[in-house]
Formats: sequence, C-alpha cells, structure tokens
Amino acid sequence: MTDSTGAAGAGEQVSAAAEQLGFSSKADVLAKSQEFWNPGKTRFWMGTGVDLVIDRREGYYLYDMSGRRLIDVHLNGGTYNLGHRNPEVVRAVTAAMGHFDIGNHHFPSMARTALAEALVRSAPPGLTKVVYGSGGGEAIDIALKTARHVTKKRKIVSIIKAYHGHTGLAVATGDERFSELFLADRPEEFPHVPFNDLAAMEEALRGRDVAAVIMETIPATYGFPLPEPGYLEAVKALCEQYDALYIADEVQTGLMRTGELWGITKHGIAPDILVTGKGISGGMYPIAAVLLSERCAGWLTEDGFGHISTFGGAELGCIAALKALEICSRPETRSMVHYISDAVGRGLRDIQDTYPDWFVGIRQNGVVMGLEFDHPQGATYVMRRLYEGGVWAIFSTLDPRVLQYKPGILLSADQCEELLMRTATAIGRARDDAARDGWRGGSPARRTTAVPAAAAVPPAASGVSADADGAFVTTRNGRRVPVRTTVPVRKAVTR
Amino acid sequence: MTSGLLDGPFGDAVLTEPAGVPRGRAMLERAEWAARAFARYDAATVDRILSAAAAAGAAHADEFARRAVEETGFGVAEHKRLKNLACSTGLLEAYAGHDFVSVRVDHEAKIVEIPRPAGVVLALTPSTNPVATVYFKILLALMTRNAVVVCPHPLARSVCADAARIMAEAAVAAGAPDGCVQWVDEPSVPLLNALMSDERTDVVVATGGVQVVRAAYRSGNPAIGVGPGNVPVLVDATADLAAAARRIVDSKSFDNSVLCTNESVLVVEEACADTLVTALRRAGAHLLTEDERDRVRDLLFPGGVFDTSCVGRDAVTLAGRAGVRVPAGTRVLLAPFDLVVPEEPLAREKLCPVLGLVRVPTVRSGIDTARAVLRISGAGHSAAVHSTDPATILAFGAAVRVLRVSVNTGASLGGSGLETNLAPTMTIGTGFFGRSSVGENLEPRHLVNHTRLAWNADPGVGMPDVAAATGSAWAPPTGPVPAYPHASNTAEAADVLRAAVAGAAAAPREPVTAESADLREEVRRMVVAELRRIVEG
Repeated sequence: MTDSTGAAGAGEQVSAAAEQLGFSSKADVLAKSQEFWNPGKTRFWMGTGVDLVIDRREGYYLYDMSGRRLIDVHLNGGTYNLGHRNPEVVRAVTAAMGHFDIGNHHFPSMARTALAEALVRSAPPGLTKVVYGSGGGEAIDIALKTARHVTKKRKIVSIIKAYHGHTGLAVATGDERFSELFLADRPEEFPHVPFNDLAAMEEALRGRDVAAVIMETIPATYGFPLPEPGYLEAVKALCEQYDALYIADEVQTGLMRTGELWGITKHGIAPDILVTGKGISGGMYPIAAVLLSERCAGWLTEDGFGHISTFGGAELGCIAALKALEICSRPETRSMVHYISDAVGRGLRDIQDTYPDWFVGIRQNGVVMGLEFDHPQGATYVMRRLYEGGVWAIFSTLDPRVLQYKPGILLSADQCEELLMRTATAIGRARDDAARDGWRGGSPARRTTAVPAAAAVPPAASGVSADADGAFVTTRNGRRVPVRTTVPVRKAVTR
Repeated sequence: MTSGLLDGPFGDAVLTEPAGVPRGRAMLERAEWAARAFARYDAATVDRILSAAAAAGAAHADEFARRAVEETGFGVAEHKRLKNLACSTGLLEAYAGHDFVSVRVDHEAKIVEIPRPAGVVLALTPSTNPVATVYFKILLALMTRNAVVVCPHPLARSVCADAARIMAEAAVAAGAPDGCVQWVDEPSVPLLNALMSDERTDVVVATGGVQVVRAAYRSGNPAIGVGPGNVPVLVDATADLAAAARRIVDSKSFDNSVLCTNESVLVVEEACADTLVTALRRAGAHLLTEDERDRVRDLLFPGGVFDTSCVGRDAVTLAGRAGVRVPAGTRVLLAPFDLVVPEEPLAREKLCPVLGLVRVPTVRSGIDTARAVLRISGAGHSAAVHSTDPATILAFGAAVRVLRVSVNTGASLGGSGLETNLAPTMTIGTGFFGRSSVGENLEPRHLVNHTRLAWNADPGVGMPDVAAATGSAWAPPTGPVPAYPHASNTAEAADVLRAAVAGAAAAPREPVTAESADLREEVRRMVVAELRRIVEG
C-alpha cells in the first residue's frame, strides 16, 4: 500500500487491472489522463485534494489506486444504487453474454420486450409503452420530442437550475453553464421558472403554448431542494389546466431511493411521461428508458422508426435492468430503505445538534439527501474532509452549499453506523477549516428542513454555482481552500 | 492478479449461486435491521407483541392443524391442534412472569446483567411438527427480541409460510419492527446451506434430520442443532402396569408418533411382560405375530432403509399397507423382537405408531438394552421409565445416554415438556451425547446473551444504586419501526401551509378569475389532503 496521497512514483505496486492497461503508477495515470483525456477535470480534482483514481470497487466501497477505501455515497446519482458490481447483476449480465449482445435495435427482442413489460407493470398508472435510450440524456430527448409530437407545441418548461442531461434538447432545459458553452441555449423554447413557485409556473403555462413541464421529482444537481408539500401536485394540475404534459424525471428519485419504487408515486401523480436511467443499468451496462402514456405513445404506432438508437435498449442492458428492477422491487429492499432512511436521518440530526450553526439543513426524502451548510462553498469543505476520512460524497454542482449525500439502498446497519461516525468527524473538521478561513457562522443557529424557494437562493450562491469546478488558494498551512467569489475563475485552475 | 473470472469476496461463486439465494440473503439483511431495532425495545412492548402473535397463532390452531395434515400427510389434526395451542398461547402461559428483556441488578454480587439478543435467528423447522415448531421458534425469538427467518421443511412449506405470516402480521401490528419475522417461501437444500453459512445469521436453530443438523454445525455460525430421537421405554415389575400401558399407547399414538420424543422400543421385564401386553392390547395396541411383524418390518424398512411415506400414518393404515388384519380402532402396532442390534431395523427410530417390544430377564439387562437402543441412534435425546422403585428409576437415568427421562408418563408429551415440568419445547437439546451445543429443551434463554457489568469485588469499593437507571436501558418505539420516509419538509411545512390555507381562504390577494379560482380550489384541496396525510400518517 502506498500513502494516502497516492503520490507514490516508481516502484509503486499497482493492481492487475492497472498493469493490464499499462500503467506503472497513479501519477502515470494522472499524467496521461491530462494528456489524452480531460485536462480540466483531471486537474480540477487534483486541485481540490480529491486525488482519486478509482481502482477496485466492491459493494458500496471504492478503492483508490493507493488502496485507500472509500464508502461511496455519491453513487453517481443512483447508478450504484445496488452497490458497485452487485453480484446479482454481474451474474445476470455475465450469464447473458453467453447468449445475447447489444442486439439489433430494429427488431422485436425478447430482452427489450421483457423489460418493457416489467417497467410498465412497475410504473404509476397510465404508463403503457416503453422507449429506450442508451443514457439518461437521450431518454430525456425522447421524452421532449414525444411531448412536442403529441401536443404540436414546442415550448418546454423546466425549473431554474434544473438538470436533465447534456444532449441536444435536454441541455437546453438546464443551467446556462452547460448550454451556453456549446451555444445550445434556446431561451425562447425552453423557459426556466423558479422552483417551488406556483405563480411563476402558472405564468409560464398560461399562454397554452407549452408542450410539457419537465420536473425532477427532487432536483438533484441543485442540492435536492424538496418540493413544498402540494407543489408538484399543483404543477400537475396546472399542466392539465393548460394542456401541457407532465414529464417526471425519475432518473435520480426512482428505483426505491425515496422508499417507494418511483418517487412520483409518493405525490399521487400519474405523469404523462416518466424517465428512468442511471440506477436502472445496475451500474453494469448503460441503458435508460422512457415510459409513455397511451396518449403519448401514438408515434410508436404512427412511425415506429421515429427515434432510432443503435445502443438504445441494448439487450445486455435490458438484462441488467431487469435484474436491477427486480432487486429494487423486493419487499426486503423497500423495508431496508426505510430502515436506512430512518437510521441515517436520525444520525444526521444528531450531528446537526452538535454543529447547528454550520450544518444548517437536512433535505431528506428516503435515501435522497442534501446536507446544507452555512457557507457558499460549505459542501466543498465537507466533501474534502469526508474524502480524507474515507467517504466519497460530492457537492451539488448548482448549489455548492449543499452536499449530495446518497446512501445505497442495500447499505447494512453496520455500514450506516460507520458512515455516520465518519461523517460527524468530517463535518466538524470542515467547520474548523471554514472558521480558519474566516467563516463566522453568519446565520443564526437553526435546524431547517424547509426548502428555500428558488427566489430565496442568494445571488451570491447562484454566482458561485457557475464556478462549481471551483477555484482554490493555498493557505499558509498548505491546505487548498476554495475561493469564495462570484466571478467565474475556471481559468485559474486550468493553468 | 486473481485467478478466477471475478475477483472480490464472491468470486466465481457468483455465477453458480443457486436460485433463491439472493432473495434469502436480502431477508437476512432486512432481519438484521429489524433485530437492531428490536434489541432496544422495552419489556412492556415485547409483552404486547408476544400476546398478539400468540393470539393470532391460537386463532389459527385448528385451521393450520388440518392444513398441515393435508399438506404433509403426517399426523392427526386434533393432536396437531393441541400442539399448536400449546406452542402459542400455551407457551405464553408457561413463560408468564418471565422476562428476557429487563436489566437485572445483583447488589450482593455487584453484577448487573443486561440481556443482549442473538440478533438474527435462522429457524429450521421440520415436516413432522410443522406449525407447532414455527410458532414455537417465532415466539421464542419475539420473547427475546430477536428477528427470525423461518426456513420450513419443503413438505410443509405452504402451511408454515402462512403460520409465519399471521404471526408476523400480528407482531408488527402490535409494534414489532418490520421484518422481525420472515419466512422462506421456496425452501431448498442449497438455499438452506447458503443461509446457514451467511455471516448475517447470528444463530441457527435446527430441528430436523441428522444431515440438516450436522450441516448447521458445519456452517461456521453458532448453531443449536438437535438430533433425532430413538426413545427406549423401560417398564419394570413394580410399575402400575395398567396406567403404564395406557400412557404408552396414548403417547405412541399421539399425532401418529411424529414427535421425536415418542416411544420407539418398549423394554419390559419378563416377570410382568404378559400382563403389560394384555393391558397394552386393552388400551388399543395390536400385538403382531412373527409373520405380521416381518411384513410390517418390510413395509417400514424396505431394503433396510426407512420409507418416509410411513411417517405419521395411523396404525390401521400401516397395517392395511402391510397386509395385516387388525381390529378397527387399533392405535399402536406392537412389534416383538429379541435383540437390539444395529441390523435389526425395528430397533431404529420409527416416526409412526409401530412400537418395538423386547422382553428382558432383569432390570439390569433392561437398562443395557435401553443403552443398546441409543447406540443405534437417539443419543442425548429422550427415554422413559415406568416403575415405582426409585433405585430402578435412578439407575436407569444414570446409565442411559439421554438428557431427559419421562418417569411414569408418556414420552411424547413428557420429554417435550407438555406433560411434565420440563421446559415446553419443540426442540430437544441432545447435548454432548448427541453432538449438540444444548443439552436442555430449547427455551427462550438460549437465544439471549447477557452483558455483565461487574464491579470491583473488594467490599471497600462501593457500587452505586443502579436500579433506578435500569429502566432507561430500553424504550418503547415512538411509532412504526422503521418510520415511513416522509420528505423531511412535510412536517415543518405543515404549519406554514396551515397558516397559508387559512390566510388564503380569508383574503384572496389578487383579482379572482373563474379559472384561477378553480385552480386555487384544487390546490387548496390537495394541500388539505396532504396535510391530512401528514397529520394522520
């Protein structure tokens, strides 16, 4: 084992996998990653002190190339809901490789049909057909295209700071950071309204020229602000009133993460379209799916070749998804999620009692959790201390005050206890770090689980979100800490 | 470099795991959560849960007795009903006043004992006493705040699943943690092996055949396994022969001999043998002739191996199958033979109302014969003696290699504690003689350990009065366990919404169009519904 910095050079023992790929050390990987892959991302993480190159992975554990173990509560938005390399999914896919491959997307297929039936049976009432994509972004595009086809209208309403992916239409529903970069923003067709603001939503819909409202049941990348009770229900009612479709983006809230298979069912909403991705892959083979109501599914009869995707609904992905759906649907799994949600929620509230001025909010619905800190970059501080302490959780790209904290749905009781202990320590240390950097606990001590309406998000926080990749300075004691600024400073780290 | 296809703890075994195992593991994981929560429950709540589960069991005693007979073909419904009652409300009465939850303080010894449940109990139940054993093990687990996963014998899986389900539902309705009682719907040997060796299993309580019990001990997990019986019963000349005969026939015919404590070989002192046989015949036994005996032996042990289709069948049916004519109402077939040796099949365990009969010249040789029965099988299990001579009874007890001897009572219900003051049980510990970790009738205390707080023994070092603090060790749950995962803002927002709804109703701020009024009304209705859900939920 090397030291935790992973900075060991020649003579470092690397895994068989690294050896097979021709890497002699972690430094070697990092150097080539910058040269051949993505210099911005690679340098960003090196700059934050999160010097992670994931090597082995097993259950809810990740192992850095240095051998250091991390509990994964990032899970890539639920992709690793069932743990990394879940043995059941591995077995299903491995066995399937003896018979299936990606398949021919033009033809009826056993795997695609079986998964479609399983999805429809699992879904809220009214969803009757399934279209596949190779990833969540494509699935969102399918949903938006479908809405336009059905309503013969172009406008798609989403919320400010929404995140539905980076493909052609999906990216236009989201934050300008990602759309403007590629000149893909289309404000006239993609109006954004503040979250939890019904008046704004009604204003956007009033003209009856909107094809659909697309909503994450809980906006993940925005730090899981919770919909106020009645908000989503009212949005659905507005959609009905103004003849717009309701698209439930359940990519991060589906598959039992809220303690029900689909988060939207906790609101009693029967969406016109439901999108699932990430976790449905079992973390083993990319796949995403769009579930359509009978009304929306017309184009599948009219022109079944209307959307073509070679990898969409790849048969190996369907096998992985069938297994993932089966595991998520077990009564044992649902029960465990309720236990985990209860245990982690209690544990976090205890931690909050210790640091009420710093750890100011817990947004929780099942194992979907956002931890709110009293600092524009609070989650970045905590993320770094968690990483040092053996836990991997990521800040919310579009609101770095909030840490995304996403325990797995099959986490054991012991793992929960260990996770909470590590988390308590890291939150305390991060508070000390912030204090050293001048944070004085500006907000009055409060325990809040309330959702800030989007309008209530301070402009400063919004500005900072635009540089979620962050900028860092080195303090006297050699630690790198984030610069708090509203000026985009991405160049500062891509030096 | 790993050698297999897959690295990690599961290795290539992942590819060959038998069907049902993943689901079984999920049950154990859920049980672990339930056990953690349950271990913090207080005594009053545990009592309530226990009463509810026992009452549910008793309410279905008759139905499940009949269904068990239908499903397995074994036994007598009426007797099974009695056992089901004995193992539900009967068990509750037997342990009334016992408490496996509260902290105990021994001021003299300066030791405080805190009960600590095992955690997850994997309960293997047999086909012969299916429902009673399911009830028994579930209630033992609930008494001691353990979670239990019942793995029934495949022959009785349907009725056992329902038996576990009704107790689980009653327990949870009374406040028990979700998943504290679970059951396997599709039991199989590979599944059983996987669950027994799973690290989430804290203790295996195995009742069944030798193979299952040995597998439990091999699992690597703590196990309480109990071996088979093969019960010798000695009757000497001092016994009340009429009573002995009646008790033996009643016991041997009880549930058609499926209790593992039932008499297998009757050893009788020559001096009283004829009188006893006459009394046995009067009580409903049929003495087989040598030819009939051979035919019954061939029926039970074709090719020398016991035919399990004979288990729990009544005497008349067995006689009919063997081509032996017996009077209607015959309850037991008496099969005389000379010598208890391994090559004599009738000297082995017979879970049906066929009773071996061996005449011996003296009590001394009778004891030797009883020892010979137990050399064949049944070591550590049970025996019975009918005698009024204390010396005989003690000599018998000191010589036979068993850990319970029913004296002047039937062995079936005597050894299992239903007609004696032994702990009432469906699981007989066979101890060191029977290669088991428990030598007593299984009882609740076997499923709980104690953390002992021990103060300095030096009389000069004081011990504070801790009694007042013991009550705070455990607490009743504050709601369903686990709590339903409502969004964290619902409770807090409820107050805000209440105010908002009241405010909106009082003073609409904007000009109201017909359309927006409808929408407002709709939103208001939804909000009210949501509030009601929160308040009631």
